[in-house]
Amino acid sequence: MDGIKGTELAVFTVLFVAVSALGFFASRWRRAESLDSLDEWGLGGRSFGGWITWFLIGGDLYTAYTFVAVPALVFGAGAVGFFAVPYTIIVYPIVFFVLARMWSVSHVHGFVTPADFVRARSGSPTLALLIALTGIVATMPYIALQLVGIEAVLKAMGVTGHVPIIIAFTILAAYTYNSGLRAPALIAFVKDTLIYIVVLVAVVVIPYKLGGFDVIFEAAGKKFESTPNPGDGIVLGGPAQLQYATLALGSALALFLYPHSLTGVFAAKSRDTVKKNMAALPAYTLVLGLLALLGYMAIAAGVKPLVGENGKPDGNTVVPLLFEQQFPDWFAGVAFAAIGIGALVPAAIMSIAAANLWTRNIYKEYLNKDATPKQEARSSKLASLVVKVGALAAILALDPQFSIDLQLIGGVLILQTLPAVALGLYTRWFHAKALIAGWSAGMAVGMWALYQIPQKLFNADGTVTLTKEHFGGSAFPLSDLGFDTKSTIYVGAIAIGVNLLVCVLGTLAMRGRVDDGIDLTSPSDYTAEQGDPGVKDLEALVH
Amino acid sequence: MSLDNDPPRPVGTAPPARSDRSPWNWLLLVPLVVTLYPPLYNRTSPELAGIPFFYWYQLAVISVGVLCTYLVYRASKR
Repeated sequence: MDGIKGTELAVFTVLFVAVSALGFFASRWRRAESLDSLDEWGLGGRSFGGWITWFLIGGDLYTAYTFVAVPALVFGAGAVGFFAVPYTIIVYPIVFFVLARMWSVSHVHGFVTPADFVRARSGSPTLALLIALTGIVATMPYIALQLVGIEAVLKAMGVTGHVPIIIAFTILAAYTYNSGLRAPALIAFVKDTLIYIVVLVAVVVIPYKLGGFDVIFEAAGKKFESTPNPGDGIVLGGPAQLQYATLALGSALALFLYPHSLTGVFAAKSRDTVKKNMAALPAYTLVLGLLALLGYMAIAAGVKPLVGENGKPDGNTVVPLLFEQQFPDWFAGVAFAAIGIGALVPAAIMSIAAANLWTRNIYKEYLNKDATPKQEARSSKLASLVVKVGALAAILALDPQFSIDLQLIGGVLILQTLPAVALGLYTRWFHAKALIAGWSAGMAVGMWALYQIPQKLFNADGTVTLTKEHFGGSAFPLSDLGFDTKSTIYVGAIAIGVNLLVCVLGTLAMRGRVDDGIDLTSPSDYTAEQGDPGVKDLEALVH
Repeated sequence: MSLDNDPPRPVGTAPPARSDRSPWNWLLLVPLVVTLYPPLYNRTSPELAGIPFFYWYQLAVISVGVLCTYLVYRASKR
């Protein structure tokens, strides 16, 4: 590195400071009488319309880490990295009615978290606690990864050391504490506008400068042919196709089980807003797909990833370096700011979601049963600070690889809440205790399978080195289960299969013999719309 | 707003019975079918503006997903 890039850093800093000011100002935006309740602090008054919801959910799901890691994966392995596109195509048709039902039942009963719903539906505090803990554990590494996104752009600007990250996260923590969900909702407008501009400019300008897409894909094809790794290439290898499809499907099923994804849904003002957004959110998928192609552009442009602190090349620096190489300094600064600010929106929403789980399903359930709305808001505000400090400590004290591993595990873990949360929105057939048994079995199988998977490095002389013995990826060889095939499958798919099987068998065994919890919801709650009798309307409270 | 002491709702304060069922909903399966079977598109030709089939096909399917979801949304409003 040749020192700090002045122009880029200046543009980055100005945009970052402007956005932070916006974050503090957000507490006055669509102002409520007070922010002293979770409906206000944690869900922005539950009054967000179509556009705000679109920016909020889009800014939340398509994170800075995604924008850096997906092209990095394509850069390193080719076609397999493109799974992010089918993943984010199919997720919306899958969750269309699921989320509409979640919105309705939550607005009738005042649920703030998915575990609130499970508590009322299953009547089992234990199941609700398990769902809440799964959500918190799966979300924490996700927050930490947002820091990896910021770190990647700082590195590309020649800024090293931990101080800048600590400053950025302190500012983030302060305005989240102050403004709650209104802060990321307002910032998302800026973040997404910047991202759209940068990506559209990048996919026009960079291929033009490099000589067209045929040149780019030719360079990528040559690179993958010259590597000894049989798993890379510009199309999928035969055995990788099942993994590609199951990873896309598993990730899609998991996405809206993450508590932070549901936060944006809970905050929408109507059922119609949620459904309309399912048709509009794929605009972000297009951006993600175009971004993924930047991985190939980086190959054609001869980008070499920077070496990280652990001595290995850091693939996450590929996209920032490509911008640096191809754009004038000031525009590279804008691009870096887009990624850096892009990390703030999801980090804020994730910490709010984790804090709400803590408050509603642990603090209120076990520690202070008579908590007032004001005490709930206070508990969540403090918890959001703790969560962020934890994420920061994890990145600074541990190898970032640890967070990446945890996030991989987190996807498999959160998928195990599918029967209780997503299927629970449709049916009360499952016995609460069978759901607990299924969750446990799915967790055990998922962790076991992830533990079994090593990470391999294919050397130029045809030999294979084990770089990691365990938690090396999510592609499980079916031959390990006795099948005579080279195909691999996404670990989450096996785990959720086992989970569902145990849920069904357990229900058949326990129905009528073991006491089940009482369902507090009724069928018409699931199709309720804004303005219906029984639906709590908070908009009247918001000015 | 508390979930464990929701009082039993008096008649006339519960939401009306409705249904999400519609034959249009089957359209939601279309984007899944055309993406979850990779042999359908796992090849390089025909290229479009230098982009292999694998990539431009999946990018094009985004619009199929939007169209199907939008049609189901419109149908669900009636």
